[in-house]
Amino acid sequence: MTVLIVAEHDNTAVSPATLATVTAAKQLAEKGAGEVHLLIAGANAKAAAEMAAKIPGIAKVRLAEAPQFASPLAEDVAALVVALAKDYSHVLTPATTYGKNLLPRASALCDSQQISDAIAIVSADTFVRPTYAGNALATVQSKDAIKFLTVRGTAFDKAAPADGAAPIEAVTPPAVTTLVTHQGAQISKSERPELTAAKIIVSGGRGMQSGENFVMIEEIADKLGAAVGASRAAVDAGFKPNDFQVGQTGKIVAPEMYIAVGISGAIQHMAGMKDSKIIVAINKDEEAPMFQVADYGIVGDLFKVLPELSAELDKIKK
Amino acid sequence: MKIVVAVKRVIDANVKVRVKADGTGVETANVKMAMNPFCEIAVEEALRIKEAGGADEVVIVSAGPQGATETIRTALAMGADRGVHVLTDAVLEPLAVAKLLKAVIEKEAPGLVILGKQAIDDDCNQTGQMLAAVLGWAQATFASKIEISGETAAVTREIDGGLEKIAVKLPAVVTTDLRLNEPRYASLPNIMKAKKKPIETIAPDALGVDISPRLTVLKVEEPPKRSAGVKVENAAELVAKLHDAGVI
Repeated sequence: MTVLIVAEHDNTAVSPATLATVTAAKQLAEKGAGEVHLLIAGANAKAAAEMAAKIPGIAKVRLAEAPQFASPLAEDVAALVVALAKDYSHVLTPATTYGKNLLPRASALCDSQQISDAIAIVSADTFVRPTYAGNALATVQSKDAIKFLTVRGTAFDKAAPADGAAPIEAVTPPAVTTLVTHQGAQISKSERPELTAAKIIVSGGRGMQSGENFVMIEEIADKLGAAVGASRAAVDAGFKPNDFQVGQTGKIVAPEMYIAVGISGAIQHMAGMKDSKIIVAINKDEEAPMFQVADYGIVGDLFKVLPELSAELDKIKK
Repeated sequence: MKIVVAVKRVIDANVKVRVKADGTGVETANVKMAMNPFCEIAVEEALRIKEAGGADEVVIVSAGPQGATETIRTALAMGADRGVHVLTDAVLEPLAVAKLLKAVIEKEAPGLVILGKQAIDDDCNQTGQMLAAVLGWAQATFASKIEISGETAAVTREIDGGLEKIAVKLPAVVTTDLRLNEPRYASLPNIMKAKKKPIETIAPDALGVDISPRLTVLKVEEPPKRSAGVKVENAAELVAKLHDAGVI
């Protein structure tokens, strides 16, 4: 039994979600006493491969370099994964938009029913995954010969590159797809930490009333070195772009502290943040469901509370 | 061009889902059902393409028990032309649904297939990608914009870091994200009209598809509950508490 991780990376480093996937893969390998291999499909991706090779527990890094992997499309990467899959018992990738786009395609091509968003490895064929916005946890057993899993990054510790020395082996990629062309990307640039990697997140909801009012959230976030998030209601209302969305169909986060401002706490939002270590709720409605999960709550008008909070944070810094 | 939209009937998004006491699943008896919200967005997009002259027919397909007819009817009331119901009481996994849809799509021969990116019951986010795979078509998932010109569709995709633009050769499979559009409500006259629109019923066997599940659900349980903490009076008290807790 051998586990293959399809890494998400930017050619220079593997993503934090991939490092969490490594931990899940290692648990799987321990349960079946197998090896863990990691696949990098990239263009000039040696640096990412070298980083992966240093992670203890990775037995081999497989590096497929080709121009089409500069902006990898699901069609091309899935074809590569399918070509390699017969040597593996499990194929894992992080449950990010990259992995969610890619893996079901590869899984279907191998006639295997993927397990999405695994949060626990029970045994080599049994896994726990959340359903219904995290309100029901299902333990499922797979009968497929090759098991495909996307792994929820917040459910596993991130493996760290250290003294590993896995060999890096070149893989020849299959022919390029003619079905799709990549035409460009617009990546949000921010000095703030990335949502899924941030230690602290300050999120705003419908209660913020406008996109402009998010400057109040940003001010607090910058004082805490935090990322900024938003509820689906805030995204729906056009206050923030979709890549800020925390929730069932957005990003799943579990920071040290999550400050929910003007977010009532719909189950769809809670699904994305309820595993945060400390939750703070600021809302004028004391009946807001967010208070039922919050460690600390302030019932009050956020337009009054946020400036006060900002001032208090200045005081504590001095 | 014909557009096929696949829709799923799910527990209404506003219902608080409860796990059954025997741990076999969630309570579905006497629970309000509705069309999966991302599927509504898919129907709306197909109708907008048709209304803009980009398609001449919108066909709705759903696989599931008898109740799925209602969901198809909802899409017809929004303005779709006709429905196909793959009727089965069996548990359907995304791979099985993808294979059923493939069989229907090979008969219908559409130029575009639109699905929601994820159903809010099983939260799998797989069917569209799997359908594209088994058809051998291009996939454009998590779409926030679709522009069709001739034989290609330019699709803007919502990705973790922002947006990505790809061009897919048609026919292709597109899955919808939140910001693609805001679905319409069906008007009363259209709800009446929808009652007369045809819905064809097919059995999975007739499509020659093996739908037996690959996964066995061993148990379903509630997640550990968080308990409410303390209310603080003001920002000063909050900051003091967070400082004591060591987070700031």
